[in-house]
Amino acid sequence: MSTLIQLAYLVAAVCFILGLKQLSSPKSARNGNRIAAVGMVIALAATVPQRHFTTAGVIIIAIGVVVGGAAGSFGARMVKMTAIPQMVALFNGVGGGAAALVAVAELLTFGQHPTFSVALPSVFSIVIGSISFAGSMVAFAKLQELMTGTPITYPGQQVVNGILAAAIFGFVIAVLAVASIPFSFISLMVLALVLGIAFVLPIGGADMPVVISLLNAFTGLAVAASGFTLNNFALIVAGTLVGASGSLLTKLMSDAMGRSLGNVLFGAFGQTRVATAAVAGKEGRSVRSGSAEDIGTLLAYSQRVIIVPGYGLAVAQAQHAARELADVLEKRGVEVMYAIHPVAGRMPGHMNVLLAEANVPYEQLKEMDEVNDEFKNADVALIVGANDVVNPSARNAPGSPIYGMPILNADQAKNIVFMKRSMRPGFAGIDNDLMYDPKTLMFFGDAKDSLTKLVAAVKAA
Amino acid sequence: MSNELLNELTFFVLSIFVGIEVISKVPTILHTPLMSGTNAIHGIILVGAIVIAAGASSPVNIVLGLVAVTLATTNVVGGFVVTDRMLEMFKGRQSQKQPAATKESTPTK
Repeated sequence: MSTLIQLAYLVAAVCFILGLKQLSSPKSARNGNRIAAVGMVIALAATVPQRHFTTAGVIIIAIGVVVGGAAGSFGARMVKMTAIPQMVALFNGVGGGAAALVAVAELLTFGQHPTFSVALPSVFSIVIGSISFAGSMVAFAKLQELMTGTPITYPGQQVVNGILAAAIFGFVIAVLAVASIPFSFISLMVLALVLGIAFVLPIGGADMPVVISLLNAFTGLAVAASGFTLNNFALIVAGTLVGASGSLLTKLMSDAMGRSLGNVLFGAFGQTRVATAAVAGKEGRSVRSGSAEDIGTLLAYSQRVIIVPGYGLAVAQAQHAARELADVLEKRGVEVMYAIHPVAGRMPGHMNVLLAEANVPYEQLKEMDEVNDEFKNADVALIVGANDVVNPSARNAPGSPIYGMPILNADQAKNIVFMKRSMRPGFAGIDNDLMYDPKTLMFFGDAKDSLTKLVAAVKAA
Repeated sequence: MSNELLNELTFFVLSIFVGIEVISKVPTILHTPLMSGTNAIHGIILVGAIVIAAGASSPVNIVLGLVAVTLATTNVVGGFVVTDRMLEMFKGRQSQKQPAATKESTPTK
């Protein structure tokens, strides 16, 4: 029986690996997700027959599965595509919480004297799982705008966080050495929860995707640690896979922003902002703004238009209007493509998901490296709700917080149309020189309304 | 070090390399679905939650088991469903490409 179970876990592990592999290509990605889900079902099915269930056990599992299943599928089906990042944060957080609770429960059954090889991974799982839970909840609150997305800082913050980390470390040592301190797990959990909150508070909303990815990797490691506690092969392999791939993904994301992970996590943003306020304060520069008719005519008689979509397009739910504009332009023989910055939207790949939802042909979506040389041959760069990803100060203002971030070369296009709600700076809080470029025409208003007006203007031109 | 622990450690280390290797060639456009997909996979903690809930008899264990199973199920179900929703959109394109192409071939100037 035990051999069968182990074999089933092996099959599940293979499913997870194949699933991850297939998730790496757009054609097979959906299939990959399904293979992983099949692996999950196999692992769960193999777990049930080996346990002796108490009546209470059966009841709480039934209730938990029904409630959790309903909450999970309801949340996943109802969430708007623009709110995906916070939903991922939420699902990640509950996973971390579950890992911590499993470790607590397992430690309790060992009573006063767990062996070192049980106590160590359990304590690790409790700490990391709790940090992931609390941190994910803060990330969720920031992205859902339940709280401010700007970094929350106070004097001595790093010191406080350092003391928290030291206290946790001390507790871990105490638990491992003595093991019978009353409420020690609970104290450890509380400290880790506080650290999780304190760790994410000073990080700005724009950096949340990187944080969520990191916490995703944390949860994976917590799950793997729980696997060591329970001697469960499936938990160890699946948790470690997520921990490793999540860490790599986190690095890829911060690379895309042109920053190191340390820079993202430890609040360099907050400190440099003061310096840039002075640089950015060049008031009184003039901007040109155009009417829908001007811009519609400009677009209609262009050879080649590159659309640069940003988060503003996503919040206005304007992806369908953008496609409509692209369609009418293509009918007139204009070549249209979309330039996708790696961090456009709120997460790498987020913008592709949104545009795919609007049935934009896959071939028209160009990644940054592919499209950057095309801008100089483009008649119009149409910027819709993007800002920081086309800000030239990333290239030429060493004092700027986004200096060094790779950007789209929208400034090299012959004309630039900048669609924006207002002159307000973008998510990073920095003024954008591109708005003052003589080649730039501003077009103010809600992205969806503006695009609809442009569609009408192009049709009339 | 016991044999079992040694085996577990082997799986752990090998899984690290597999995890890194298997996603190293992911295009940027798939980063969000990939994050969401890996997020669903760590919902495997549901296996652990069921293990601790199964034998629960004391009030403390019942509460811990109930909460752990609920949270873990939310992770698994929500994770896979939301990933599928994202990827569904990537798939929709191919089938819609055909009518769009024929439409373009008619002269419109």
